Amino acid sequence: MAEAQPTFGIESFYKFVGEGKLMGAKCNKCGEVMLPPRPVCTNCYSKDLRWIELKGNGKLLTYTVIHVAPKQFEALAPYPVGIVKLDEGPQLLGMIRGVELDKIKVGMSLTVDFEKPSSTQTQWPTWPKYYFKPQ
Amino acid sequence: MLSLLKEELLMVGKPLVSIVSAGLSKFGKRDGVYARELFAEAVSEAFERCPNLNPKKDIEALFVGHMSESYEHQGHTGPTLADWAGLTPSAAVRTEGACASSGVALRLGIMSVLSGLYDVVMVGGVEKMTHRSTAEATEYLAMASDYPFEQWNGMTFPGLFALMATAHMHKYGTTEQQLALVAVKNHKHGALNPKAHMQKEVTLEQALTSRVIAWPLKLFDCSLITDGASCVILTKPELAQKFTDTPVHVVGSGQASDAIGLYEREEFTSLRAARLAAQQAYEMAGAKPDEVDVAEVHDCFTIAEIIAYEDMGFCKPGEGGKMIEEGVTTLGGRLPINTSGGLKSKGHPVGATGTAQAYELFLQLTGQAEKRQVDDAEIGLAHNVGGSGATATVHIFKRG
Repeated sequence: MAEAQPTFGIESFYKFVGEGKLMGAKCNKCGEVMLPPRPVCTNCYSKDLRWIELKGNGKLLTYTVIHVAPKQFEALAPYPVGIVKLDEGPQLLGMIRGVELDKIKVGMSLTVDFEKPSSTQTQWPTWPKYYFKPQ
Repeated sequence: MLSLLKEELLMVGKPLVSIVSAGLSKFGKRDGVYARELFAEAVSEAFERCPNLNPKKDIEALFVGHMSESYEHQGHTGPTLADWAGLTPSAAVRTEGACASSGVALRLGIMSVLSGLYDVVMVGGVEKMTHRSTAEATEYLAMASDYPFEQWNGMTFPGLFALMATAHMHKYGTTEQQLALVAVKNHKHGALNPKAHMQKEVTLEQALTSRVIAWPLKLFDCSLITDGASCVILTKPELAQKFTDTPVHVVGSGQASDAIGLYEREEFTSLRAARLAAQQAYEMAGAKPDEVDVAEVHDCFTIAEIIAYEDMGFCKPGEGGKMIEEGVTTLGGRLPINTSGGLKSKGHPVGATGTAQAYELFLQLTGQAEKRQVDDAEIGLAHNVGGSGATATVHIFKRG
């Protein structure tokens, strides 16, 4: 009997983030890669899924610099946030760290990294954090 | 079977329903006035405009857009609003589609009349926002985005539209000045609207030098946090003459959805849901973009108006920036857009916005828009977007 897999969903995704891994779901039926992972394939509706680890490398598609931030992020402002297209295909939104604001360019190569020490809270409404940095 | 039924119900260009009256509360910072009281104010205007209507007898149902119960700690909004507007015991339904909540209500109201179940319904919307701090209001608005994957990464609502602006600037060379021109135009229009929240003009210089909220968007690229309510009364086209000599017909209605997270989308320079909703509405109306005389588009942020020009087919993709520069969409231009002042200057009480657009077009198409009247306006279009584009409705109206 196959070993039980973690449930495909938000909490497993962030539990892996806490372990320093970017994990998505791949549909065994149609090959769709879902990041964040979902319990049912949104392309073919199959529940026959497996976990895959993504390298986390990709290109910046667009970005903004948040000046007026929500309360919990106020201390960080101004901070950049962008959408990255990962080499494996999926797109993910995250903060960008480790690069000066005026050096951020659409198309630049970024890679995912994980906040350390990681939060041990992996349930709603707080989870461990990932972010993007220059490759 | 379904397509046959559709053809019968929706003959191209045939009025789906008729609007026989409309009402709008004063938009603004309405200290001490609650959502239900704002709504009653809008409803009373609609009744005053339509003396042939017997509200207690004629209005069979209420569909009302309302985004968030967080503002007033008040749920069960459908009957609450019906109660205070004197509409009970008619069926009362609250609809939620973020900033498109009342665009959705309008569409459901149309469907309810088209189904044959009701002869006369009221659709509307309301939001009471300004008694909350800006931080609280911003937090409630952000709930329309993806919490675990957007908000958790420090994303804000202006931030999402800033991501679209950066992408549009990168792909098409759209400039911050072109964005600012949208604000200048809409404030110019809003200054002519006695019900607008901010009835004053702004200069290009003021808009461009206002403080950064989410680069490249500045304060004057953002719409206003506003209190307000709106409504329109719908009936079957064959009954319209019973209530008014000057009805406005709804000839096209479209709605579509998209991924809740902006990051999941294939493109950030266009809203697929809005394009699809427009395609449905144009097909139903048998109309083309160049036949539209006046439009209200969802300018929650200036970039959203530029993208709307492109998504509604008023210009080609990438040419929205040029279109605002050329003055085409200013009053007196070929296609005046957001004559009400839009969300930018009239204000954006989110739940009220969709039917507030319908209200403005009702005035325009019945020649009652006073200082902001577009000459001989016959066809109007309303484009209402929820969140960062996960919901969109488009409606096309025609002078009766």
